[in-house]
This record gives sequence, C-alpha cells and structure tokens, in this order.
Amino acid sequence: MRSASRPGVQWGNWAFGAALVLLMVFTLFPFYWAFVASLTSDAALFRDPSLWPQHLIFDHYRALFTERDFITPIRNSLIVAGTTTIFCLIVGTLAAYALARIEFRGKAAIMGFILAVTMFPQISIVSPLYLLLRSLHLIDTYPGLIMPYMTFAMPLTVWVLTGSIRQIPKDLEEAAHVDGATRIQSFTRILLPLAVPSLATTGILTFIYCWNEFLFALSFTLGPERQTVPVAIALFRGQYQVPWGEILAAAVVATAPVAAMVLVFQRRIVQGLTAGAVKG
Amino acid sequence: MRKVSRLGHEARLGWSLVAPALSVIALIAIFPLGWTFWESLHLHELRMPWLGKPFVGLANYIEIAKDPRFWAALGHTAFFTVVSISLELMIGLFLALAMNRVFRGRGFVRAAVLVPWAIPTVVAALLWRFIFESQGGIANALLVKAGFLQEPMVWFIQTSTAWVPVILADVWKTTPFVALLLLAGLQNIDLTLYEAAAVDGANAWWQLRHITLPLLKPAILVTLIFRTLDGFRVFDLIYVLTGGGPGTSTEPVALYTFNALLQNLRFGYGSALSVVIFAITFGLALFYVRGLGVRLGGDES
Amino acid sequence: MARIALEHVDKIYPNGYVAARDLSLEASDGELLVLVGPSGSGKSTVLRLMAGLERVSDGVIRIGERDVTDLPPQQRDIAMVFQNYALYPHMTVRDNLGFGLSIRKQAPAVIAERVNAIAASLGLEALLDRKPAQLSGGQRQRVALGRAIVREPLAFLFDEPLSNLDAQLRVETRVELARLHRKLGATMVYVTHDQSEALTLGDRIAVLKEGILQQIATPMELYNHPANKFVAGFIGSPAMNFIEGVIQRTEGAAGRMGMCTFKGIDLTLDVPCDGESHGRVFLGVRPQHIEVSGDGENRPKGEVGVVEPMGNEQIVYVTLSGGDRLVAVAPPQEMIRPGDIVSIRVRPEGVHIFDGETGSRIEPSPYAIER
Repeated sequence: MRSASRPGVQWGNWAFGAALVLLMVFTLFPFYWAFVASLTSDAALFRDPSLWPQHLIFDHYRALFTERDFITPIRNSLIVAGTTTIFCLIVGTLAAYALARIEFRGKAAIMGFILAVTMFPQISIVSPLYLLLRSLHLIDTYPGLIMPYMTFAMPLTVWVLTGSIRQIPKDLEEAAHVDGATRIQSFTRILLPLAVPSLATTGILTFIYCWNEFLFALSFTLGPERQTVPVAIALFRGQYQVPWGEILAAAVVATAPVAAMVLVFQRRIVQGLTAGAVKG
Repeated sequence: MRKVSRLGHEARLGWSLVAPALSVIALIAIFPLGWTFWESLHLHELRMPWLGKPFVGLANYIEIAKDPRFWAALGHTAFFTVVSISLELMIGLFLALAMNRVFRGRGFVRAAVLVPWAIPTVVAALLWRFIFESQGGIANALLVKAGFLQEPMVWFIQTSTAWVPVILADVWKTTPFVALLLLAGLQNIDLTLYEAAAVDGANAWWQLRHITLPLLKPAILVTLIFRTLDGFRVFDLIYVLTGGGPGTSTEPVALYTFNALLQNLRFGYGSALSVVIFAITFGLALFYVRGLGVRLGGDES
Repeated sequence: MARIALEHVDKIYPNGYVAARDLSLEASDGELLVLVGPSGSGKSTVLRLMAGLERVSDGVIRIGERDVTDLPPQQRDIAMVFQNYALYPHMTVRDNLGFGLSIRKQAPAVIAERVNAIAASLGLEALLDRKPAQLSGGQRQRVALGRAIVREPLAFLFDEPLSNLDAQLRVETRVELARLHRKLGATMVYVTHDQSEALTLGDRIAVLKEGILQQIATPMELYNHPANKFVAGFIGSPAMNFIEGVIQRTEGAAGRMGMCTFKGIDLTLDVPCDGESHGRVFLGVRPQHIEVSGDGENRPKGEVGVVEPMGNEQIVYVTLSGGDRLVAVAPPQEMIRPGDIVSIRVRPEGVHIFDGETGSRIEPSPYAIER
C-alpha cells in the first residue's frame, strides 16, 4: 500500500495516459471480441465481422452443452485440478513449515532443488511418464493426469507456501512455546490459522496452473471421456469448417471462473506470485 | 553428545516433514528424467514393436546433430524467445512503472492485466487465432477498413506473417506476469531515494536511469530467467495457433519432440530430443545464475 | 518464584558467531536483573537461552534448582514479553490472555476467572473482545504483560518491552513495571539497550559486550565503580570523558599509598596509586565532575564549541588547547556561549583510572589532588 505518488516520474502525463489506454484496449479487446462473437451466428460472423453486436443469439452456448457435452471436460478438469491442489496443499504445507521454521542441514539445497524443478521443461519427461502410465494402465485415467500434474504443482506449492510462512512473524510461535504450547500445538493453534489466507492463495495459484495445463493432458488422454477443458477446446472440430462460435463460447466458459477468481483475489494472487521470486 | 542428539532431532523432524513432498517430486520428476536419458540411448519405435528395444548408444544424438528439422526448430524457438521477451520486458517495464503510480483506475488496470495471465494458454491462442482468421477475422476487417490492406490476407500461410499472431498472443498473455515481477521489484525501492534525487535537482529521466533501472536490475534478471526458460519450452501456444506451420516453419523444439514421441511414436529419438531440451534449459539457467549472478529468492539461510 | 542461573554458558552459532562466552550470572529469587549492552552484545540471546528458544552450546541453565538446559520452553514454566509483543493476531484479547491456561487444560471457568482478574488489574476489561490490531501500542503492551502474569510463572523475561512505545508512555510503563515487580515479588530478567532504563529499573544490572559479561552489580555500584572503560562509558549520561595519558610514580611524595602523576596533553593531575600503577592509562571523568568557569588563572583552558541547554542544566562541549575534547555539565545559571574560552577543573572525587591496554579499572580508586 503506497499512498504517495512517486515524485519525478511524471514524464509526459498525457503520453503516459494515452499509452496506458492503448495497452488496456490491447489487453481487453480479445475478451470483448470473443464474447461478442460467441453470441453471433457463424453466418453473420463470416459475412462481415462487426465490432458491435448485431442480434445476439445463445445457440453456441446451447450447442456446447447439448451437442458437445462440454460438461464432461469441465468435470474432468475440476476433478484433476481439485485433487492435485488439495493433495499438494496438504503435503506442501508440511514441507513448507519445515523449510520456513526448522533449522536443518540441507535446507538451502532443498530450496534450490525445488526451484530448479519449477523450471523444468515438461516435455523432457513426457516420454517416460507415458511409458510409465501405459505400463500401469493409467493412460486416460484421472490418476494418470493427477500424478504428472504433481511435477509442477508440488514445487510451486512448496515454494510459494514457504515464502508466505516466512512472512509470518516467528515470535508468535515462540510466544506460544513460552506460554506452554508444544510444537504441534503452536503449529495447529497459531501458525495454521494465520496461514489460512496464504493457503487459499497458494491453492488458487495451483488450481489455475492445473486448470490451464495442456501438454500432459494432451499426451496422456485418448478421447473425450477424460479430456480436460483446454484439450477439449483445442481439439474442437466441426463437420465442414472450424466451429468458431462454439469454440469461443467454450473459451468464455473456461475463462469465466478463472477470471472471476483472479478479480476477486487479485491482491493476494499478486503477492503469492511474486513472493520469494524477487528480493530487494 | 547431548547437543548432537538434540540437533539430530530437529534435523530428523525437518527431513521427515519435507520427505513426502520431496519423494513425490523425485518419483515423478527426477526419476523420469533419468529414464528419459536411458530411453534416449535406445532404438525404441512403438510403431515397430518387432524391432525390440536395442541399445544404440549415442546414435540418437548423432541423428539429432544431423537433423535439419531439429536445428530449424531450435532456431524458431530462439527467435520466438528473443523477440517475445524483448517486447514483454519493454511493455512490462512500462506497465510496472504505471502500476506503481497512483492514478484513478489503477486497481482496474492491475486486475485487467492479470486476467490474460490467468486464462489457459490454449484459450489465449484460440482468441488470437480467431482474431487473425482469414475469413471473418477482425484483424483483417479492421486493416482493410483502415486501408493498410487491399483485401483480407491469409496470415497463417506464410512463415513471416504467421509469427505475428504467435508473438502478439505471447506478449498479450505473458506481459502481465513480467509487469508483476518488475512491480514487486519497484516496490522494494526506497521512495526517499527519489525524494533525495528530486531535492538534488535530478529530473525524471535521470531518476529512471540512475535509480530505478540499476535498483531494478535484480528483478529484471529474475524475470529474464523465468521468461527465457518459459520461452524455450513453448508448446501450447504454437500447437494451437499454427500447429508449427506452415509446414514446419514455426515449429519449436517442444512441438517437434512431442510429434516425434506421440505422433510418430519414436520414443528413443524423442527421448534424446527431450534430453537435449533439458540440457539447453539447464545450461541457460546455469548461465544466468552463474554468469549474470542472478540471485533467486528463498536462499536466506 | 525461583532464581534463574546461567553457569558457564557458551552460545556459538553454526556460522561461528559467538553470542555468549563462558557466561555465568544469576537472577536471584524475586530480583529484577537487567541485562544491558549495545546491539550485538548478546543480551537478547541470553534471554532467549533462558526461555529455551535457543539451545546453549555448552554450560548449564537452572531455574530454581532444576536443570532446564535440555528442556523446551513449554516445560520451563516461565513467561516472556516480546519486543513486538507477539500477540496472536487471530485471537481476541481474552483468548490471548487465556492461551497459556487453555494449553494447560485448565477448566474454562478457571480461565475466565483468572483472565477477568488480570484484565481488571491492568485496566483491560473494556478491550477483552477486541483483536490486537484494534489496540493502541500501550494497550498491546499491557495485554502482553497480562498474558505473562496470568499464568503465575516461575519467572518473567522481558525483551526490550518498552522500545516500541513513545517517550512519555515509556516512562509511565517503566514506573508501572517497577510497581508490578514489587507487587508480585517475582524474579524478572529484563533486556534493554537503554542504560537509563537499566539504572532506574534494575535491582542489579549485568553489562554485556560481545557475549562477555563485563560487570554485574547494583546501579550505584556500576555508576560509581565501573569495572572497566567499557562499562564506564556505557553507563551514565552524558557519557564519561576519557583522557589518554601516562601515569608515573611521583618520587618523594610520601603518603598512605604513594602518589602518582597523571600527565595528559592538557591536564596534569596528582592521583594516589599503588606500586603497580605506571604507563599508559585512560583518565575517566563524568561530565558532572567537570567544572567550567570564566575565571581560574592556573587552570587548563579550552574553547567552548557547543552548548546544549537542558533546562535544569546545560551540557558544554569544550576543546582543550592540546586537542582533547571534554563534555561538562554546568548549572543553568552559568553564562556560557560558544566561542568562550573557559577554564577547566576536574573534581577529584570523580576521577577513575583505566588501564591503557586492557581498559580495566585500576584500584584503589584514586583521588586526584589538584595542582
């Protein structure tokens, strides 16, 4: 929270404003356009695309859920992203507590290792994971997606949570110890309640990453039964041409929950994202 | 002896709390990495199971070295990374400086900018693909109306024009992330430095050059490292936007590897490609950390 | 209530930093012991060692007659007031006060009774249902205090509890703490970097520097007989003047124990001494023991640099002709202005001599004889 404006960075307020407006248009236009187009008939769209909506129809949305069964990928995504997030939060909280609060040899190495894994190119492990899941008959199953998702979700969770636990003053737990609390009591009665907002933020971040994941979902599913939302949308096919109306309707549906979450938790997400990433 | 056992107790507790997370990571990330390397030393064609899985040593790597499609893909990846990151850093810096100021609607800007970051890359790619569709694409319609184009053009049929939506989409999607990292860096700068400089008579440009940029350097480097590594593994965006086309002229290494693995089912060769990508990424990270002295957060102890 | 004792305690961090070296000190039963020292002196670490928040590298800690060296904080039955109060932000004042009791599985009725009693005695009744964020600094301070008292622990530890209060509140709370100590008759260990806080609060004061105990004594003893140059300079305000010089036995000056001459650049004084005293020394004089005046023929002269009027006195900064700088306290009615040339008189009863090498006090405390 800063209330004072930075003195001196007042270069050309006018040009600044104009550039900012332009950037905002660039940022928001694709959403606007997708929304408008998803409510326009294909015929009208291809005849003469117009920036302003003519007559709105909901046909594409109806088709999405009646003809395409878009419910299935949404359910798949919710299950896979939700399970991964919850599992990572549970396991990650323990690890983050240790990394933030317990002194032991090798901690710095573990942090370095976890950071390195977050930068892992996913493609490097597609082949063994495919072979592994195939031999376990897990291709095209939920566990067959949840397990690979841990590769990026777990390091992310641990990293972000460690950063936020470190920001909770340590003397609160020390005060609890002096007051007679055991380590477990100070964890459950002091740290955990205070970490709830961070856990929520981390959960949202992890969920978003899982919800958006594409490469693994594309590699380890076979058909519409287990496809997640991004895969389903990317593989939408029409009989004669690209069914843009439905694709855009699906895009709006897939984006809306994430966008809503981001708007509501904006401040916390920014904190979580940048926690630990940048130090003075 | 007493002290040793006590320290030992702390260490045991620490390790046992970290163990579940570490073993998950080791089991599904590190172990497969080793497996990838093992695979890469074999001829393994799932399409031709009768060939078995003979050990071929470095043959796959030698094939990569002679594979023009790989070198082209590497070029595409580098081109994509350099161009998009340059744009993102410039626009992101501007956005960060903007969001660090107080103006009406700052909260709105911050929220609006975050949405592209949060949506699936696949969706972002589709939005931009739709904008640049030859038929019914709004980009063509607007460019024709404004007189820049005689008639609607087919963006995805030429390599040079196919890159335009790809780069635009990446800039659109990722600049917010860059801006947020830089903003966090900006907010670490002591405001009184600007006040002192202003009292000393320094103008805004001087302050930007001599206070903001030098003190922002760590944040810029961290951003650069994250984004470079991201750029080198680009997959979703190009898979959806161009499919690597026309032909294979926008195909990045990750897409080439994916095709080798899951389209052609060449697991030995694909694994070798995976190892090469990993090595490049690793090398880049090492270069940044060692060569440029990027300090990543978290290593306080 | 119980005493707290450290016996030959070392605290060395893994990075090699020494926070305490062969430290032995004791807060006896019912005593208020103040640990004082500059930052980095290890005083807070010593407190954390007593609390059990840090483990000793070597040595023994006792509370009462019990060896608590290996016990975690929750088994030591002590209370601690933290510098930032460390109130649990997610709990009301009531729950903060009752936390220690509820951890000990006391009956809710007992907890409520104790909490209400403490809240009444500290004037916190109206605040019981607030969260710490809704309290002022002084109120938080009192809640922290209440949280410590409510459990009736064996001893209290205070880690710079007043440093986050404004000046006026600090003085008020200091008085309150002294009263509380008398009322409870409790053993208290109190850490501060503020020597005036130490002098006003402590039954005894332990002065620490770089993890080593310099002196442990009553405030008066510390002020009048500092064990070394560090203690002498740290205790008292404005700080003691030190003048470098040599001390030499004056032949022929017969007396109770022999006479020596101190020779500085500007000052020459006769001081009583024993046979061991010779060589380079520091002469220490408190500003209160230096008189400055406009007249005085044969005395050393100096130029006044700065005068700080304090109301009941004025602090005068003087540079002597040879370059020595002195600080003196003069009565407020004395007309002294910057630039004045004044003469200096060192009152003999205020002179301390410290070894030039080790800085330790040279006893017996010599009385200067004026020339």
